[in-house]
Amino acid sequence: MRWLGRNLVGIIGIAVLVYLFVPIAVIIALSFNKPEGKFNLAWNQFSLNAWTNLCGVPGVCDSFLVSIQIGIISTLAATVLGTMIAFALVRYRFRGRSSTNLLIFLPMATPEVVMGSSLLALFLNLRFPLGAVTVAIAHIMFIISFVVVTVKARLQGMDPRLEEAARDLYASPRATFRYVTFPLVLPGIIGAALLGFSLSFDDFIISFFNAGTLVTFPIFIWGAAQRGIPPQVNALATIVFLVALAVVLIGQVISYRKRKALQA
Amino acid sequence: MAPVLPASATAAAGAGAAARRRGRTAYVLLLPGMTWLAVFFAIPFVTLFLTSLQQPVPGRSGQYMFGLEFSNYLTSMTEYWPQFVRSFVYAGIATILALIIAYPLAYFIAFKAGRWRSLLLVLVIAPSFASFLLRTYAWKTILADDGPITSTLNALHLLPDDRVLNTGIAVVAGLTYNFLPFMILPLYAALEKIDHRLIEAAGDLYASAITAFRKVTWPLSLPGVVAGTLLTFIPAAGDYINAELLGSTKDRMIGNAIQTNFIEFRDYPTASALSFVLMFAILILVFTYIRRAGTEELV
Repeated sequence: MRWLGRNLVGIIGIAVLVYLFVPIAVIIALSFNKPEGKFNLAWNQFSLNAWTNLCGVPGVCDSFLVSIQIGIISTLAATVLGTMIAFALVRYRFRGRSSTNLLIFLPMATPEVVMGSSLLALFLNLRFPLGAVTVAIAHIMFIISFVVVTVKARLQGMDPRLEEAARDLYASPRATFRYVTFPLVLPGIIGAALLGFSLSFDDFIISFFNAGTLVTFPIFIWGAAQRGIPPQVNALATIVFLVALAVVLIGQVISYRKRKALQA
Repeated sequence: MAPVLPASATAAAGAGAAARRRGRTAYVLLLPGMTWLAVFFAIPFVTLFLTSLQQPVPGRSGQYMFGLEFSNYLTSMTEYWPQFVRSFVYAGIATILALIIAYPLAYFIAFKAGRWRSLLLVLVIAPSFASFLLRTYAWKTILADDGPITSTLNALHLLPDDRVLNTGIAVVAGLTYNFLPFMILPLYAALEKIDHRLIEAAGDLYASAITAFRKVTWPLSLPGVVAGTLLTFIPAAGDYINAELLGSTKDRMIGNAIQTNFIEFRDYPTASALSFVLMFAILILVFTYIRRAGTEELV
């Protein structure tokens, strides 16, 4: 009884973690299923068909590639724009700082449906054709804020003495930036880019409003949900999940090793 | 990228020229990104508002022109107020449930996990790497009518409709699940900052574990509670994926109405009016809530 009392938080905590992974287990399991009817909802029979025939459903791999392309383009653009803003906010004093902060905070506090629909209202009024360009514009818009917050945190957490030391050793401002500041901020920028890509890749609501006839991977899933999601979609989602998890874990190991090396 | 000038340089130079140059560099760094946000985030609100006041072009269905039809708000609100109420109720319940579920895990990671901390945090965000839509869809399988959860709840006679799927319960369950990481992470961030000695001190002064939690840990974690509830409530209130995939047509939320009016009915003024009201309602709610909770430091 006393043991239970002492470990209650831990037991509940582990239970919550398990709960978080239940749908993931369902997604992975159903990728090995041979659905009985159209809908891949209940377990029927083991099959490797989805995995050996990943692109076997028309449109699924095309939409997957579309999402990757849009993800890469919007991440690159948003990372550059957001990093520049983060530097300005941390390193410079300027007028209009609080309205800048507000304009960066607001996209994160606005429901996606509002952002998606207002951007669509803009494009409709401008008679701007909907497609990959409008989706990328939208993605860059909502990723910027997340990049700013992530890079800003990294910049603020940096030891100022490292840059001072570089200057004391007669490094020019350019050299200080090139050899000290940038390498120190780089992990933050990479983290921001990975976050941005995953947000872009998985975005449905904002994309759907501004996609026109373009089909991204989430839009493909949305359409398929009405007539039954093929197991191939589960297999592709499983691959994305495992790759993302591997990338994050490798990042963790690298930063752990670096910390250890610094301590030694 | 422009080289960053040393922070102490202006102080040393003192002269206005250097300060002006520094100011200019800041604006050069800000300009592209902030222009992007202004053009594609801020200005669209203006067009959204203008669109919500548009009137139909006579004789041409599906086409709209400039107008000042404030009555669009009245007609769309009389038609869609149940969806509005439902969105806020569902999102509110989901937020409270998420807080109850998230707190023990956040507490466990912050205080008891030791060197497993960063691994556990990775596990908290890992489910988000699998598609949002598929995770929501997976709840169709988990909550299926003949599944273990529904049968257990039915055996206890807890379900008014004898099922979970295609009811409001399923929508709330989906919302709670989907936005849980947005609750866990800010809670963890707040709990992790708490000085353990304060809790120990409460114990030294003969406070029971419960009193120590109520008087020390909980109040100190409030910034995380405020941030977490906002980050859960706002996307949940605007979400329509859970209502569409897990609920019946009777459980639709305001997001569904905005989406169908914009994309299927092409009734842009109605859709824009609904969207504008949603944003406004959320802003008012958030500001009163923040004022009540007395926390201004959120991000």
